[in-house]
Amino acid sequence: MSGFLRRYLFSTDHKVVGIQYLLLSLAAVLVGIALSIIMRIRLAWPQEKWPILERLMPAAFAGGPMTPEFYLSMMTMHGTIMIFFVLSTAPLSGFGNYFLPIQIGARDMAFPVLNMLSFWITLLAFGVMMAALFATGGAPIAGWTSYPPLSALGEIAGPGLGLGQGLWIVSIAIFCVGSLFTSLNFLTTTLNLRARGMSLLWMPLTVWAWFTTAILALLAFPVLLAAGLLLLLDRIGGTSYFLPAGLIVSDQLIPNQGGSPLLWQHLFWFFGHPEVYIAILPGMGITSHIVSTFSRKPVFAYKAMVAAFFAIGFISYIVWGHHMFISGMSPYAGIAFSISTMAVAVPSAVKTFNWLATMWRGQIRLATPMLYSIGFVSFFVSGGVTGVMLAMPSVDIFLHDTYFVVAHFHIIMGVAAIFAVFAGTHFWFPKMFGRMMSESLGKVHFWLTLAGVYAIFMPMHFLGISGGLRRYAEFTEFAFLRPLQPLHVFISIAAFVTAAAQIIFLFNCFWSIRNGRRAGVNPWEATSLEWTIPSPPPHDNFAGVEPVVHRGPYDYSVPGASRDYLMQTEGGPE
Amino acid sequence: MWFAIAAILMLFVGLTSAYVVRRGLDPNWTSIPIPGVAFANAALLLASSFTLEVGRRSPAARRWLVATWILGLAFAAGQLTLWRQLAEEGLHLNTSAHASFIYLLTALHGLHLLGGMIVVSWQSRVDLAVIAIYWHFLGGLWIYLLVVLFAWS
Repeated sequence: MSGFLRRYLFSTDHKVVGIQYLLLSLAAVLVGIALSIIMRIRLAWPQEKWPILERLMPAAFAGGPMTPEFYLSMMTMHGTIMIFFVLSTAPLSGFGNYFLPIQIGARDMAFPVLNMLSFWITLLAFGVMMAALFATGGAPIAGWTSYPPLSALGEIAGPGLGLGQGLWIVSIAIFCVGSLFTSLNFLTTTLNLRARGMSLLWMPLTVWAWFTTAILALLAFPVLLAAGLLLLLDRIGGTSYFLPAGLIVSDQLIPNQGGSPLLWQHLFWFFGHPEVYIAILPGMGITSHIVSTFSRKPVFAYKAMVAAFFAIGFISYIVWGHHMFISGMSPYAGIAFSISTMAVAVPSAVKTFNWLATMWRGQIRLATPMLYSIGFVSFFVSGGVTGVMLAMPSVDIFLHDTYFVVAHFHIIMGVAAIFAVFAGTHFWFPKMFGRMMSESLGKVHFWLTLAGVYAIFMPMHFLGISGGLRRYAEFTEFAFLRPLQPLHVFISIAAFVTAAAQIIFLFNCFWSIRNGRRAGVNPWEATSLEWTIPSPPPHDNFAGVEPVVHRGPYDYSVPGASRDYLMQTEGGPE
Repeated sequence: MWFAIAAILMLFVGLTSAYVVRRGLDPNWTSIPIPGVAFANAALLLASSFTLEVGRRSPAARRWLVATWILGLAFAAGQLTLWRQLAEEGLHLNTSAHASFIYLLTALHGLHLLGGMIVVSWQSRVDLAVIAIYWHFLGGLWIYLLVVLFAWS
């Protein structure tokens, strides 16, 4: 294989694979944002015609305003692409691939070839998903949750549900395989390839985050694969896993019998809830890491933080029913799921208070990564408390499928988790590329985005409480919601401005690669192992010299020390 | 390998729960009796686990590994026979829910076994101890599938 292909394209170097994943999620997030802009255009001005868009996508407009079906396809693909190809890649496979081996003192992942394959399989899944987006007949309209019967019926049920839905399922199935390879690598590497002295309880919290996330992914994605296989067979094999008897669609009686649409919901959400924790856990690790560094203080109650990762991970497997409170389940099941869901607030609160306690009386350095990390804590709280509200079945019966839920999960996933990605990018950019990102551009981007996401998502709570339902292409039809239409316009304009503000971040990234201030080995005066090697690191990370670890990962402001930080490799008592 | 086993197990656990639920909810469930060849296939697979274990410990490893491989191939042939028998009785993937699960679960198990056979043929490059875990797991999984699909009611 030629040098370029082996070195950049099919590299087995975990650092290259990490950057490939980050670039993939960058492409995905741009697509996802574009889709959300189209959605917001429809919601703010539902009856408007848009000649420019119509020329690009005539089928979406059919001579009039944007069709509701097209809106639903935009919504489906927006959710799918963001959740799978942004939130399940960048925090875990992106930053994790790059920094997990380095932070534990390893030369590479345990299975470098498998690592390379995992990226290309994920990229293939993305390609198939893009094919679904542009499929003949349209993209699927069944939501990222793809509930049957709608998703199982095929073309007869509506636009996009034929080829589009089929490609969607295939893409997700491929993604499951790629994720499996990533999990195997992360778990084996963490357990087997730690350098001398790097005991488990001296690993940075980022490594613990990636480790627990990998366990979640290992056990959850196969169930999604199982569900996807069953759905595929209902579509092309004539089976009736999910399709019940007596369905009449487009004036035709569907011949299937005996299946249960509820079965899909159980299988999907058994995966789906751990999935959203897969999206947030790495961000928590990054936040601990950065908050400690920029407070010049050890992480408060490190062991409790580790325990909290496992508690959150474990509990995430026993709460799935809270997505199904109105599905007709027994109220006793509702009680059980409600209690377990509220229980997850406990380790989450432990983490939150520990972040605050880490900052308390620290020597705070408000550099851009720290701003984003503090933002993460703030949005984690805002988004998290509405989760506790939704955990109560009596409240959820009213709020389910309203914009209140949309606000909740966007603030947690679309804001907090993304802020952790911003934080990680600013923090690790110097290590990856040898140059600093611009602090001033970073701060402008931070404040604009902070204000923007508040403007976008806070009003959605009120829309939801007022009865504004999810997945509706417009609200002007309903007299009781018409007074709130200006709120939709406000949200849409805020969304456009915030999306535009992201250009600042993109510019900062790409400009700084060439023109940023040159970074040394340890520009942030941090303690973990990635800050002992050159920026950018050599191919085998530690230039042939295995590091020896003599202390924990967050020895900041150690009494009696000459500096306010001690690297993990520095010897001495401890 | 144990992590991989956990993941594969979750796949079959998910499908098992789907089976349990589907069977429980269906008022018109008709059960298909266990095809006799399923027992023969189980015997072949268990024999192949035995030959693999002997081969791992023996200096004449190659002979035993070839035996394992051939027994695996025989199992696959037996599975195809099983499907052909079902089809001849008019039981296809979409005939009944029980048939749907039988075909799907045996096909998935068979695919994993074929993958294992490919890796066994690379035995010089992969540690036999690791392959053994995977292979025995698939043998146990087959017994488990027989119990769930045919014995439990």
